[in-house]
Amino acid sequence: MSAATVSTIVNLPDQSTARIPKMNFLTKENGLLSWLLTGDHKRIATLYMISITFFFFIGGALAGLIRLELLTPQTDLLAADTYNKVFTMHGVIMVFLFLVPSVPATIGNFVIPMMVGAKDLALPKINLLSWYLYMAAGIGMIYTMAAGGVDTGWTFTTPLSTHYLNTHVISTGLCIFIAGFSSIFTGLNFIVTIHKMRCPGMTWFRLPLFVWSNYAASILMVLGTPVLAITLVLIVLERTVGIGVFDPAKGGDPLLFQHLFWFYSHPAVYIMILPGMGVISEVVSTFSRKRVFGYTAVAFSSVAIAVFGFFVWAHHMFIMGISNYAALVFSLLTMLVAVPSAIKIFNWAFTLYKGSITFETPMLYAFGFMGLFTIGGLTGVFLGATGTDIHLTETYFIVAHFHFVMVGGMLMAFLSGIHFWWPKWTGRMYPEKVSQLAAVVTFIGFNFTFFPQFILGVLGMPRRYAAYPPEFQVLNVFSTAGASILGVGYLLPILYLTWSLKYGEIAGDNPWQATGLEWQTQSPPLTENFIEIPIMDHEAYDYEWLEAQQRKEVASV
Amino acid sequence: MNHISPVLWQFLVKWMTNFSLFPPEASKIAPEMDALFFFMVLVSLIGLTLVVLLLVAFSLLYNKRRHPVAIQIEGSTLLEATWTIIPLGLFLIMFVWGALLYFRIYTPPANAMNIYVVGKQWMWKCEHPGGQHEINSLHIPINQPVQLTIISQDVFHSFSIPAFRVKREAIPGRYSTMWFEANQVGTFHLFCTQYCGTNHSQMIGEVVVMTPDDFKQWLASSTSGNSLAQNGERLFSSLSCTACHNTRPDARGPNLTSVYGSHLTLSSGQTITVDDEYLRSAILNPSQHITQGYAPIMPTYQGQISEDGVIALVEYLKHLDSDYRIQQTTNTTELLPEGEGRTAPAAKAAPAGEVKQ
Amino acid sequence: MAHEPAGSAQSHHGEHPPYQRHHFESVEQQFDTTNFAMWLFLLTEVMFFGGLFMAYLLMRNWYYPAFVEASHQLNIGWGTANTAVLIISSFTMAMSVYSAEMKRRGALVMFLVITFILGLAFLGIKSIEYHEKWEKFHIPGIRYSTSAFTNPQSDPEVYKEYHDKPLPPDMASKTELYFFLYFAMTGMHALHMIIGIAILGFMIYKAKNGAYTTGHVTFVENFGLYWHFVDIIWIFLFPLLYLISRY
Repeated sequence: MSAATVSTIVNLPDQSTARIPKMNFLTKENGLLSWLLTGDHKRIATLYMISITFFFFIGGALAGLIRLELLTPQTDLLAADTYNKVFTMHGVIMVFLFLVPSVPATIGNFVIPMMVGAKDLALPKINLLSWYLYMAAGIGMIYTMAAGGVDTGWTFTTPLSTHYLNTHVISTGLCIFIAGFSSIFTGLNFIVTIHKMRCPGMTWFRLPLFVWSNYAASILMVLGTPVLAITLVLIVLERTVGIGVFDPAKGGDPLLFQHLFWFYSHPAVYIMILPGMGVISEVVSTFSRKRVFGYTAVAFSSVAIAVFGFFVWAHHMFIMGISNYAALVFSLLTMLVAVPSAIKIFNWAFTLYKGSITFETPMLYAFGFMGLFTIGGLTGVFLGATGTDIHLTETYFIVAHFHFVMVGGMLMAFLSGIHFWWPKWTGRMYPEKVSQLAAVVTFIGFNFTFFPQFILGVLGMPRRYAAYPPEFQVLNVFSTAGASILGVGYLLPILYLTWSLKYGEIAGDNPWQATGLEWQTQSPPLTENFIEIPIMDHEAYDYEWLEAQQRKEVASV
Repeated sequence: MNHISPVLWQFLVKWMTNFSLFPPEASKIAPEMDALFFFMVLVSLIGLTLVVLLLVAFSLLYNKRRHPVAIQIEGSTLLEATWTIIPLGLFLIMFVWGALLYFRIYTPPANAMNIYVVGKQWMWKCEHPGGQHEINSLHIPINQPVQLTIISQDVFHSFSIPAFRVKREAIPGRYSTMWFEANQVGTFHLFCTQYCGTNHSQMIGEVVVMTPDDFKQWLASSTSGNSLAQNGERLFSSLSCTACHNTRPDARGPNLTSVYGSHLTLSSGQTITVDDEYLRSAILNPSQHITQGYAPIMPTYQGQISEDGVIALVEYLKHLDSDYRIQQTTNTTELLPEGEGRTAPAAKAAPAGEVKQ
Repeated sequence: MAHEPAGSAQSHHGEHPPYQRHHFESVEQQFDTTNFAMWLFLLTEVMFFGGLFMAYLLMRNWYYPAFVEASHQLNIGWGTANTAVLIISSFTMAMSVYSAEMKRRGALVMFLVITFILGLAFLGIKSIEYHEKWEKFHIPGIRYSTSAFTNPQSDPEVYKEYHDKPLPPDMASKTELYFFLYFAMTGMHALHMIIGIAILGFMIYKAKNGAYTTGHVTFVENFGLYWHFVDIIWIFLFPLLYLISRY
């Protein structure tokens, strides 16, 4: 094996003699049906990866339309109704068809069974069903868009969505309902796998932190998503039959919808971010050659976020008619839920201390995550304090806040994870220089796009406005310019990752010299992951064990 | 903050406002909210700088070239405690400070002048007690606490005045209130910030803050002739409320004079204080708001009155114990002397009629 | 990372029972895992029904008189019958599981069939009740009239039993909310019953061919959990919907 150079830890086999292993999960069976009826978690993860990317680009195109419209203060590019549909579909697709399943269903599905030392997830058929439900929801959403779209906003506020619109609310609601069950089944699978299928010796505290994060997110998926499901059922019933549950004239309460909706949708944001945080733990550890600083703290903070996350939903409703005292309670709890995230950031930063750091693409995305998530998370505290929330809520400050945590945070973590596990997944490396460039371009584009939106929010520019007062134009133009750069940053990976499938360097088993059971198998892995179930006899992130391992290995086949 | 260096503060705020980076501070609460906001910005900057510094410093000091062998460190309980407790402490400060502000903004003072706001797709209707109606604009006097009683006729809207740093949802089916005291003359943005359908972006307007004299003039020139209370009185009789709610000894309904603000015992045994929300609910859902000792025979007016009508009735009932016929005016509304507890329509400017405060 | 020593007790390919899936190391692990998965799934079902229970809590609190009088429109006799039917069916389901564990095919099929019939009986009684609601114009949003509540004497059967006082019109209109909750909750419950009965049919077919009496009882046992859960939901629905003023 060629030695790693001074400034990178990448350790690839000799390219002149290296080959991708003939027998792996991609080559085991051929034919469309072997893919569509597979039980192999890695194939299902691949199916998810392709479909999620597809929906991401649809959502991204819609975002492009939004930013183009907002170049000018008037509604000139799109009619007001069309604009309303565009931002609604952008939100619905990005949240339910991209962010919620992204890391869990692609990377999680692929990697978690290997990380715990199992041959597959606990319920492979349910896993496949989960993908089919996701596809059904996605195709339904495309149909809805083609048939005219929906313009309720992704939050479906009643009574607007139940009594005052005649767009495709019901079909969108049903699509999200189905996507919700896809999410529930994925979470269920993870929880059961992590509880029941750990290999011998794999205690809870020997699990990689990626598993802990996905476990916490799965708890949220399993307990929170059913509430969204019933809420959507109620909306459909209200629209079709007119039961009156959200109609004040009939004795119902529009605020009831808000409580039910946010009871899921707040934990949803933690569903979205926790798996990303798990990726960051893995990446930071690998590229500083160190066990994550404060492993136990990071593990428990994931669970703490999940638990506290259930008790803060009304911070989306501070100005909406809840009593002052309720606002007080939820604000306090919101401050509490902010702390575990801060703990993680500091733990990751201190993982770098006395490490041996290299700056491959996954690490660049991880750095981007840490900076941007810090900003996004801190601005969340601005909103969690009730006094400032009055001024900042429902403005572009909120839009900027959630894009910082979701795009600057979650999407960066997703890309970090894709690049990190790409060699394991495909057996090939992506081109490093181009990908580093893409990471930097994304970071710059992102800041240009979303930082001006904080200022717009403080100025008072409301969200979901197709037209705005002219004095807001300069900042909007800045934002759109940044968006075009950001778009380039996201297109590049599609191009070079596809290129790498054919022309990338052969990666070998463990190009990053990472710990973790998935790196001790071939790349791409066998369908059954391990020929024999491993026995875990060392701690997580045990680089000393890895060194001892490498010393024992025979250099040639 | 403006106590620290008024000159510097004014300069900063004016500069930022002129460059459209910061909204004008046009209400009494605005500087106080800005103080908290800048404290948060400061804490965030420090936090961000700290994190970035750590990342950069560690990257420089411990990159592979300089530090080829990593040293495994399990953790440090002391550090964990530090970066748990310090952020928690800072966040709790923000929580307390923010909560104090929040209670201030959503607890109107007793001497606030009340203006009703009805939001509907896609316009704001502001109704002054003197009967002045405006669409998508709100004229108010400077240095006077103004309370807004807001309701929506259809979907959720949100009444937002960024320059005053206040905002509240207009909820269908229920009143919500907020208050502010403008301290800068001028015209400021009014936005609807809760997505409400097609013309959500068009549901904007302006808040015009005027000197007290200008305001009086404006009131005089924009009147429709009848105050809200007068409209309420007409509705009260045209909807036959007087059939039961009168002053006869055998009346089937309670006498409503002085009911506003009183403590009422309901037939369920509960005691409540009669406020705007109660009056509205009693009109629309009477069977749950039966005064003790009376039969539950009041019909519901749900569907028969618009929100404007309900507001007129509420305003009428609010003033039933004062001799508003003489006090009514279509010209001005003036404060009662401090401590009186309520504003009342002030005297006519015309010489005819008795002038009473 | 050590690998398993050769010749260990772990099953090798071909040595495990045919119904053990390949990703499980042992039958115990398979059973344990799927059992845990079913419990977790039932937890999600609790959260799913939870939203409806939340709405019920609120509405009943706000409109108690309407809820009381509306609940008088439900026939306690049918409701009790349904409760008895479900409890007995839970018993027969438990007996099926026991029979499967004891490898008694005949008994298993018999108990499954009885459970199936009882499930159908429940649905039958439910449809009688729903039909009655249709006749009496108590279908919210579609076919609704409050005359039975503003003028209780117009419904002699119910009046004879309860002697309700007439409700004022605005309170009477809230009975529609009660019926919405009635149909939503019992309807959702009935949907789960239908799914359960369908699976029961499938199980009867497989059980006849001996699928569950060869030692592989996982499916029957996990389905039993599901069936008991559906029963428990009904145990909550019955007093909340039928017995509002009776305690």
